[in-house]
Amino acid sequence: MSTTNVERVLFERPQSLVALPFPYCPGCSHGIINRLVAEVVDSLGISERVVGVTSIGCSVRCWKHFTYDMVQAAHGRAPAVATGLRRVMPDRIIFTYQGDGDLAAIGTAEALHSAARGERITIFFVNNAIYGATGGQMAPTTLLGQKTSSSPYGRDPVAAGFPIRVAELLATLPAPGYIARVGVFDAANVNRARRAVQRAFEVQMEGKGFSLVEFLASCPTNLKMDPVKANEWVQKELQQYFPLGQFKSPEE
Amino acid sequence: MSEKVLMKGNEALSEAAIRAGCRHFFGYPITPSSEILEYLAFRLPQIGGTFLQSESEVAAINMVYGAAAAGARVMTASSSPGVSLMQEGISYAAAAELPCLVVNVTRASPGLGRIPPAQSDYWQATRGGGHGDYHLIVLAPFSVQEMADLTILAFDLADKYRNPAMILADGMLGQMMEPLEWGNQPQDPPVKEWSVSRTESRDRRLILAAPISDEGLLELNCHLVEKYARAREDEQRWQSYLVDDAETIVVAYGTAARISAEAIESLRKKGHRAGLIRPISLWPFPAKAFAGIETTAGSCLVVEMSSGQMVDDVRLAVNGRIPVRGMGLGGGWIPTPEMVEEEILKS
Amino acid sequence: MLEQVLIAGFGGQGVLFIGQLLAYAGLKEGLEVLWLPSYGPEMRGGTANCISIISTDKIWSPIVPRPKSLIAMNWPSLDKFEPKVVPDGVLVANSSLIERDIQRHDLRAYAVPASGVAQDLGNVRVSNMVALGAYVGATGVVSSEAVLSSLIKMLGDRKASLVDVNASAFRRGYEMTVGSRGQSNKVDIH
Repeated sequence: MSTTNVERVLFERPQSLVALPFPYCPGCSHGIINRLVAEVVDSLGISERVVGVTSIGCSVRCWKHFTYDMVQAAHGRAPAVATGLRRVMPDRIIFTYQGDGDLAAIGTAEALHSAARGERITIFFVNNAIYGATGGQMAPTTLLGQKTSSSPYGRDPVAAGFPIRVAELLATLPAPGYIARVGVFDAANVNRARRAVQRAFEVQMEGKGFSLVEFLASCPTNLKMDPVKANEWVQKELQQYFPLGQFKSPEE
Repeated sequence: MSEKVLMKGNEALSEAAIRAGCRHFFGYPITPSSEILEYLAFRLPQIGGTFLQSESEVAAINMVYGAAAAGARVMTASSSPGVSLMQEGISYAAAAELPCLVVNVTRASPGLGRIPPAQSDYWQATRGGGHGDYHLIVLAPFSVQEMADLTILAFDLADKYRNPAMILADGMLGQMMEPLEWGNQPQDPPVKEWSVSRTESRDRRLILAAPISDEGLLELNCHLVEKYARAREDEQRWQSYLVDDAETIVVAYGTAARISAEAIESLRKKGHRAGLIRPISLWPFPAKAFAGIETTAGSCLVVEMSSGQMVDDVRLAVNGRIPVRGMGLGGGWIPTPEMVEEEILKS
Repeated sequence: MLEQVLIAGFGGQGVLFIGQLLAYAGLKEGLEVLWLPSYGPEMRGGTANCISIISTDKIWSPIVPRPKSLIAMNWPSLDKFEPKVVPDGVLVANSSLIERDIQRHDLRAYAVPASGVAQDLGNVRVSNMVALGAYVGATGVVSSEAVLSSLIKMLGDRKASLVDVNASAFRRGYEMTVGSRGQSNKVDIH
């Protein structure tokens, strides 16, 4: 990294991110969330022990950006792949990185059952209420009335049901160790999110079972808003249906 | 030579997997393969392995994928409808070049079907089964002894080619008890330098089912073509029985081969010259077995417990040199030796 | 020598067990053996049947459309399989549960009150061993020693306490028919 004449480095690329520009759209939350994972891995000093499992969707690309071992999973199957890795390598730290279509639609069974087993893995679940990679279709977390390319008249609960609150749903299970929902729409929430990522990894490392962090994320491209508006929409609209908080922790 | 033991085919297969160094099983119950799952649920915890009953066949094959990425010898077992559910994951494993074993104790289909033995998954097994240009290495046992021996071989070939392998059996072979002799303890599985297992500091490793670019996908396919060509050259396996002077050559695998061999024996006693080519590797198909058969044989009869699937491969191997006829039906139809005799005599 | 015996009855009558036991005994005698159950949802309470093949030569087909012998433990099994036995074959029928005569006159048939004998021995569940004893006595396909030593092996330590009653049942059946071995007439045993 080239340095200018500053006395102290306040901000730099985490060591466990590859020196490669993120491929995400302007204003997309994936870059922030990728970075948070990398920062926490660095601060815990666990990069040599980490194995990441990617999913299908925009999140598929994150394997290029982490310096750890990465395994690519089929759509929705990351928790199953992580389970296979876990059962062979008990001392590794294993996470999946999944979007809302991957985790809450096609991969609901794998996510639910890995949580029910208390599988010692960590899921980073990026909920932006829309399908990104395929071009803005309705997600299982799309809000009622929200217009998408496959719900052009707005999501109608009669035809398309209600958005799924994954964190609350999985928190009803006895096995999971830690479940939280966080936002990344302002600095204070980014800092809270970082602490949640750290706690999720710690719970896994302490042998306290399954952990999941749900991120409310923004997708300006498919929300058809500029990044600032999209961020505001997440903070106001999305957060209203998906409240932030900790739904399960080992201390409870 | 060790002592002969009596075992069920499904149990022999399971114990052979353990002998081959498989310590990880992921699967979902389905008749008539469930004994494999039950046997390993009992045995694997005794030897420090892991057994996991997954929420579905879809999850099972992806757990297999993860364990294979971690460098372990790993397997799953199912029956026809369950194996259909696994096809996406098998395609991914072929793309990511992850060695693993999938056992299909076939049942009569299509759809849910019923549990009688059948051979109607031949096309699915030998053509890849899922999306894309890929193959599995497919071995077809015809006795309890081979349920064991070919399982060990399947693990070895999967590792040798970094490719998923399949044992294609049926409920009869799975349920049948026969004497079995264990050979020498197989060698330890190879250490997999490409896997994400880690004992020391090293560069990161990637297990990718989708290459980085369009060019990368072409490269992967070229590599697979080259790999499959090597397997086609080196891994054709078959048994020829009484073919040297045979006028009619019966081609059959698995249970159908047992029934056909009985018919051939019976006809030989009556002075009719029939013989058997029994493919053991269904992919690669043993085309080499058919070299020069036209010098004595007048025709081939393909006996299958399906409506005619392997007959395609026999026709390609024979390439018009002599007529090839098929005999078979899907849906649980099992020929008797007498029926095969009659059909041979029509030649 | 090639022997193919079909063993059929209700689920729970132990027909699969005696089929396997016969295969173990054949193996002990150095013969080729094969055992195949009809498998499936009828595992509990319904009909159960299996085929045991014992041969001096290699066994090819597991499919036996017309068995050489039949052990019928209940009425439906006799109805279903009696017509399929090859002429001059051996038939052992559990007459305690079958209130009809054996219809075939071209078989060496034994009506054996297997359930009744087992009840006399204090355990109706060993009726299968009475029938197996009668079958082995009539055919001599394996020795009674091979059956009894295989029985000990099959029951193992966990069920060792059941060896005696099973062995007694087997001997009772064996003694009922061994005297008639080689005869070709129908034999009713009461």
